[in-house]
Amino acid sequence: MKEIYEVRMHARAGQGAKSGSQLLAESAFKLGKWIQSFPEYGSERRGAPTVSYTRISDKQIRTHEPIVNPDAVLVFDQGIAGSVPVAQGLCEEHGILIVNTTKSIEEIKKSTGFHGKVYILDATGISLKLLGIDAPNVPMLGALIKTTNIIPLETVEDVIKEHFLARLGEEKVKKNIEGLRKAWEEVAS
Amino acid sequence: MSTWKPLSGTQAVADAMRQINPDVVVAYPITPQTPIVEFFAQYVANGIVSTETIPVESEHSAMSATVGAAAAGARVMCATASQGLALMWEVVAAVPGLRLPIVMPVVNRALSAPINIHCDHSDTMGATTIGWIQIFSENGQEVYENMLLAIRLAEHPDILLPAMVMQDGFITGHSVENVEIFDDDKIKAFVGERNPDRCLLDTEHPYTIGPLALPDYYFEIKRQQEEAMRHVKKIYLETGKELSKITGKEYPYFESYKLDDADAAIIVLSSAAGTAKDTVDKMRAEGKKVGLLKPKLFRPFPYKEVRTVLKDIPVVGVLDRSMAFGAYAPVYAEIKNALFELDKRPKLQSYVFGLGGKDIFKSDIEKAFNELLSGKVNSEEERYIGLRG
Repeated sequence: MKEIYEVRMHARAGQGAKSGSQLLAESAFKLGKWIQSFPEYGSERRGAPTVSYTRISDKQIRTHEPIVNPDAVLVFDQGIAGSVPVAQGLCEEHGILIVNTTKSIEEIKKSTGFHGKVYILDATGISLKLLGIDAPNVPMLGALIKTTNIIPLETVEDVIKEHFLARLGEEKVKKNIEGLRKAWEEVAS
Repeated sequence: MSTWKPLSGTQAVADAMRQINPDVVVAYPITPQTPIVEFFAQYVANGIVSTETIPVESEHSAMSATVGAAAAGARVMCATASQGLALMWEVVAAVPGLRLPIVMPVVNRALSAPINIHCDHSDTMGATTIGWIQIFSENGQEVYENMLLAIRLAEHPDILLPAMVMQDGFITGHSVENVEIFDDDKIKAFVGERNPDRCLLDTEHPYTIGPLALPDYYFEIKRQQEEAMRHVKKIYLETGKELSKITGKEYPYFESYKLDDADAAIIVLSSAAGTAKDTVDKMRAEGKKVGLLKPKLFRPFPYKEVRTVLKDIPVVGVLDRSMAFGAYAPVYAEIKNALFELDKRPKLQSYVFGLGGKDIFKSDIEKAFNELLSGKVNSEEERYIGLRG
């Protein structure tokens, strides 16, 4: 593993990638890691493609450049792959690509041009069923931690509770955690 | 006991303000405001601080209300960025002459036009000549500690000048990183209370503030302002030593990173300095002797000390995140000034990068280092990093 584990998230504004990046970073923070989580801001239009970055390291993180060679890429909306090179800089040998989709892995490989390790998950389906909105961030996080083992499931659950309990209430926190666990079970390769 | 928190750069500033617990915080809460006052307003609403917040109708009014509260004797702060600083400019320029120790965090962002919300240093580089102390910060940790230093500097009886504390918009302002927040009681003891020697609410000792001073006194008052600024460097080091007792860190005028035996050095402010340190390590591992100087205290500028550390380095590149249109870029100009006194000077190269939030990568900095090492530099020429052809 590289000295710094780097995750890039491609989403549409409103899908919660910034929170997703932050939840991941704060989960790693809880494990005593050095973290960095930052979004790339464009003009703030709902639905516009966004990028969020997370770095996790055992050593202090000094760089402030955007992530060039991610270890994992999360795509919150497969349609983005049509206009954004989501797999850019992702190593075919060690990198992993996780896509929120109902399409097949073969179709994703074709649309992204990435032929390394690909995982798929219907994160929107999970979110719509549990929360009634397209907020795939927490399920996508579930898929990431399942496929990479970088953070234990319980740690992310704790952070979700801390983050959302005051803001969203107990019911929604429960459903988010359910979405996290469901993704953990359903992510496929 | 200190506490580690995952904080954005703006949250780190708000946490410093929580510990400082100013009497008054003034805010114009709309773009281009930053989340600093938003986070701080939560501390106020939750009763964590006893600050009175004054929402106003523009940034010009924000600085005006800040001036009023400071003149009344309060410890007062406001926060701004880019166009906000530009709009409050008239009053910003008046503060040093009023000798009011206002501390204002500024999250560096580009100035219009074209409209842009991202990081560069054009906003505060336009305010280098009016008498504010300026301190630049690399990350959330530094900006938190610089806020604590700034309040002590501004309020020191031998100084009584306002201070701006800078960090890079979005790049650190919106980036969540590990920040060590030191013990509340120790920090509160360090920052103390503001005890002005005179204030408008002290009706027993009336004094005049903001009078008319025509050619009879204006010049003399401005000369006093310069005298106050000359006290900053010494008190900065003394205050830094005091803060060190709590944080265990050092507070030099600038950070020198692997400069001692360097064949080439780069000078850059704020967040890009972190990226440059990683570049230095990578190139050192390949046998290339390169180093970095990161200015922190920018006003007053430590010319003599900068000269001392740079004098034996063969070639120096200065990376500016703003331009001075028709003149040398602002950091470059200071470095060139600092080196004038030497008989044998390093070769110099000016680079401009990152305007309007254009990203800078380690590979860009490595390219600049290699250009410096090749000796193909021209001290009269401004070169651009990341500019499309």
